[in-house]
Amino acid sequence: MAKLVSIEEAINYIEDGMTIMVGGFLGCGTPHKLVDALVEKGVKNLTLICNDSGFEDFGVGKLVVNKQIKKLIASHIGTNRETGNQMNSGEMEVQLVPQGTLAEQVRAGGAGLGGFLTPTGLGTVVEEGKEKIEVNGKTYLLELPLRADVALILGHKVDKAGNIAYRGATRNFNTLMATAADRVIVEAENLVEVGELDPNHVVTPGLFVDYIVVGGDQ
Amino acid sequence: MDRNQMKQFIAKRVAQELKDGDVVNLGIGLPTAVANYVPEGIEVLFQSENGFIGLGPAPEEGKEDKDIVNAGGQYVTILPGGAFFDSATSFGIIRGGHVDITVLGALQVDEEGNLANWMIPGKMVPGMGGAMDLVVGAKKVIIAMEHTVKGNHKILKKCNLPLTAVKVVDMIITEMGVMEVTEGGLVLKEINPEYTVEQVQEATEAQLTIPEDLK
Repeated sequence: MAKLVSIEEAINYIEDGMTIMVGGFLGCGTPHKLVDALVEKGVKNLTLICNDSGFEDFGVGKLVVNKQIKKLIASHIGTNRETGNQMNSGEMEVQLVPQGTLAEQVRAGGAGLGGFLTPTGLGTVVEEGKEKIEVNGKTYLLELPLRADVALILGHKVDKAGNIAYRGATRNFNTLMATAADRVIVEAENLVEVGELDPNHVVTPGLFVDYIVVGGDQ
Repeated sequence: MDRNQMKQFIAKRVAQELKDGDVVNLGIGLPTAVANYVPEGIEVLFQSENGFIGLGPAPEEGKEDKDIVNAGGQYVTILPGGAFFDSATSFGIIRGGHVDITVLGALQVDEEGNLANWMIPGKMVPGMGGAMDLVVGAKKVIIAMEHTVKGNHKILKKCNLPLTAVKVVDMIITEMGVMEVTEGGLVLKEINPEYTVEQVQEATEAQLTIPEDLK
């Protein structure tokens, strides 16, 4: 059962060295208040799984600038120069993953799958060190699931049972990450009472959510 | 033609490849301009890989919505009939062959249809984003780009930059003309009358086949 907590209390579950997932795509759909609280708390040596590394002053990019990330797993880092700098200086390890593969890795992690076969990345540096499997005459790469200790996600309308409805293009990795971490914290732009969300409009069922924090529109 | 005119010229020609009902994904930069030239009487659905279909033009000033941005992070709109989805569904659409055409830029393309468009060793690496999935999954891959870069060849016998994917490009459209990738190499299908066949070949490292019906 999801529990309503303060942002500080929620962030307390994140400790040095943990693996975290953060939803959002270039900051759209990112739980900005949770990210800001994490920057303030200053935990270090995190492994961050996110679609991209945001911008230096917007989204998860702030965690990079604050040197809290030891390893980043993302599909795109081009909008944050600091990521490239820390990658080139060796301060931060960056693993670049095709976006569709990253999404599916998180989905597989949350769905109890041992991995999946994709044609994406064949014949490129992405295939290095990975097993190739032939099925019906076609070759695929075996990609493994991803999970995290904590996932930070954003919901547009969240009821007190943790059911989430999204808005616009903010679903991106949020719906997937909600399924793939030991602890899931949702930042609710709007918190509503149980019964106020039409079950037909719930995209992430509350069973995936552990903690709710009140965000409010940016 | 100055560079901007060149880009518009290329985008306009790419738009001629669109057919009624196509699902289309446009890359960042030059390919984005293709949306401005969709031929009259044709309806296409633009997909935005960050999670929706029915991508519309930029909003009027003051009507920007923080939750509706394209894959480049810019404010856009969604048209009536559009739909939002998550990234796994979005790439299921892409990898699953439900996108009819993707239009992307390139650093290099070669005569086998190999594509390099995501990194230059030694330079800042932006990451592949959704490009590797798009070119593997879309039914038709069109590369829209300037024919050369600072006088250097981009259309090669063999790409020497890290690849985005192997044997995926179907068509290359530049300011000089339209080339198709075939089993036998590159065929120059159309030429911009401002150039001669010799000039196009000189600007292309790969050998071009010139068909009798060259337009």
